[in-house]
Amino acid sequence: MSSVIDVRDLRTHIVTRWGTIKAVDGVSFALGEAETLGLVGESGSGKSMTCLSLVRLVPRPAARIVGGEVRLDGEDLLAKSDAEMQQIRGRKVAMILQDPMSSLNPVFSIGMQMREPLAMYHRLRGAAVTARAAELLAAVRIPSPETRLRAFPHQLSGGMRQRVVGAMAIAGPPRLLIADEPTTSLDLTIQAQYLGLLKELQQRHRFAMIFVTHNLGIVARTCDRVAVMYAGRIVEIGPVRRIFTEPAHPYTRALLESIPRFGARRERLTAIAGQPPDLASLGAGCAFAPRCPAAFERCATAPSETAIAPGHATRCWLHARA
Amino acid sequence: MLRFVVFRLLQSLVALAILSVVVFILARATGDPLHMILPMNASEEDYANARQYLGLDRPYVEQYLSFVGRAVIGDFGNSIRARRPVIELLQARLPYSLKLAAFAMVVSLALAFPLGVMAAVHKGTGVDRAAQIVAILGQSLPTFWVSIVLVEFVAGRLQWLPAGGADSLASYVLPGFTLGWFVVAGMMRLLRSGMLEVLDSEYVKLARLKGVAEHRVVWVHALKNALIPVVTFAGIYFAILVTTAIVVETVFAWPGLGRLAYDGITSRDFPVIQAVVLTTAAIVAAVNLGVDCLYALIDPRIRYGR
Ligand SMILES: Nc1ncnc2c1ncn2[C@@H]1O[C@H](COP(=O)(O)OP(=O)(O)O)[C@@H](O)[C@H]1O
Ligand code: SF4
Ligand SMILES: [Mg+2]
Repeated sequence: MSSVIDVRDLRTHIVTRWGTIKAVDGVSFALGEAETLGLVGESGSGKSMTCLSLVRLVPRPAARIVGGEVRLDGEDLLAKSDAEMQQIRGRKVAMILQDPMSSLNPVFSIGMQMREPLAMYHRLRGAAVTARAAELLAAVRIPSPETRLRAFPHQLSGGMRQRVVGAMAIAGPPRLLIADEPTTSLDLTIQAQYLGLLKELQQRHRFAMIFVTHNLGIVARTCDRVAVMYAGRIVEIGPVRRIFTEPAHPYTRALLESIPRFGARRERLTAIAGQPPDLASLGAGCAFAPRCPAAFERCATAPSETAIAPGHATRCWLHARA
Repeated sequence: MLRFVVFRLLQSLVALAILSVVVFILARATGDPLHMILPMNASEEDYANARQYLGLDRPYVEQYLSFVGRAVIGDFGNSIRARRPVIELLQARLPYSLKLAAFAMVVSLALAFPLGVMAAVHKGTGVDRAAQIVAILGQSLPTFWVSIVLVEFVAGRLQWLPAGGADSLASYVLPGFTLGWFVVAGMMRLLRSGMLEVLDSEYVKLARLKGVAEHRVVWVHALKNALIPVVTFAGIYFAILVTTAIVVETVFAWPGLGRLAYDGITSRDFPVIQAVVLTTAAIVAAVNLGVDCLYALIDPRIRYGR
């Protein structure tokens, strides 16, 4: 199967007062049609920066994509002009952000915000654009969509707003949908509904999806593959089932152990022993070494990626060949 | 929305009523105007006659009620000094003041908007620093000083522009610029900080993620939000502008209300003072009402109530 999105050795640096941070440090993965990748890791590990790098919207001027390739249906997005890139954003690669309360513009109606992408992507005008906007709202199961078009964001609940953002995201429809912790601020039942909705939309439009989350329970339910990020790198990537049953990297194991066993109430990553790494002062070795129970001499140099099974790879000396 | 407008309208009327009392009292507290009108050698009897003629011998409450009753229909009595109906003076002066204020406002907005927005968009660059300098100068140089320097150099030494009067469009430039100067600085800073905050917001990020062109992100998505603080202050800026107008009109010999107020005060011509203050207050109240409506138009959270 040819990939919808193929990311190779992506690198994004951020210049800060404390030095240059390698927020994304050689990230590679590929995804096919209708496939979902779960991107997990502690906060600050570079998940959002990876997502923003894919659409080239890293916070300027501090952050800069310094290397790699981002191939969407074979075309390298990093080689596109700014104007070309603007045509791709939203239309081919859509994104849903974490906080539905702040991701809609408070001074414009839902209708204006829905019509805007439709006018841009499909050159729809007048009654046609309104009809299509209402259809999209209906597709994300918003009741009486025509009325909602006249509403303003503050008149809708958080779950409802996130559905509106979802409706905009499928206006293309996109080839790739990036959802950066889309349900973190929703309550549990709404979360489950929203995830169901995203999967349903994915079945219909067959887009590839990158799903960023802290919640391993969600990953187990919604993703085909998982990438575990630590200090700007993917330290382990593989099929969901293998990651949950045969985690290779000590960090992945620690993550899985940190899920409370009892019931599904709190599936968030709880504390793992030791401090999260300070990206501004990383040494040359494995970034996880200071917290790793299995660390040994070789860990003073950085491990490279090793394949341990088809589609399953990790960066850890424990799994390196010879 | 209608309830909101009616409510604000009533508030303005109450404020004007209170102000009319204050004006009435203050106008009589500045000293006896008859000293200014009657000749040096006037007798006690002359004073009494004049007082009766002008209605100044009646009880204060009566004077006030008749003052308000007539003010409502535009009758502010006669100017003590000019011996003409005050309304005629107002009618002659008001258009000049309004035209000057409008000119100053247009100039300020035309400068403040691009400068404030570009300073935020290009934060930390040359544009931003230039804007900062304008802001600092605008808020630290007193209006009277700026006016005098402009009269002295641009009109005096260089003879580029007229120093006073209101005869041609060119004569608007110096007083208009002086009047707008302070407003430019304030508005620009409000816009810059508003834009900086909004440009960093999630909804602006989402607009970019949707593929909205950058100029539209800035001038539509972000600016409409950044306008909210600007509009909040617009009423205050207008009030400042009106006060500043007294200085500016005096320095540039502009035949407006500010000049009329100045002349009225120096000659204790209290029917004129009362009329000018009340008219100005009514204008400020009307502008504020307009600003509030604009505010509600921009921000749906106000329009629909929280
Ligand atoms: N605007 C920024 N300026 C400076 N550093 C940033 C900025 N945004 C993110 N970072 C840094 O980049 C790293 C990765 O952040 P991020 O991608 O947001 O992590 P995650 O989404 O996994 O929580 C963190 O170390 C964070 O401190
Ligand atoms: S490379 Fe070493 S320190 Fe890093 S995770 Fe593997 S064992 Fe631990
Ligand atoms: Mg994040």
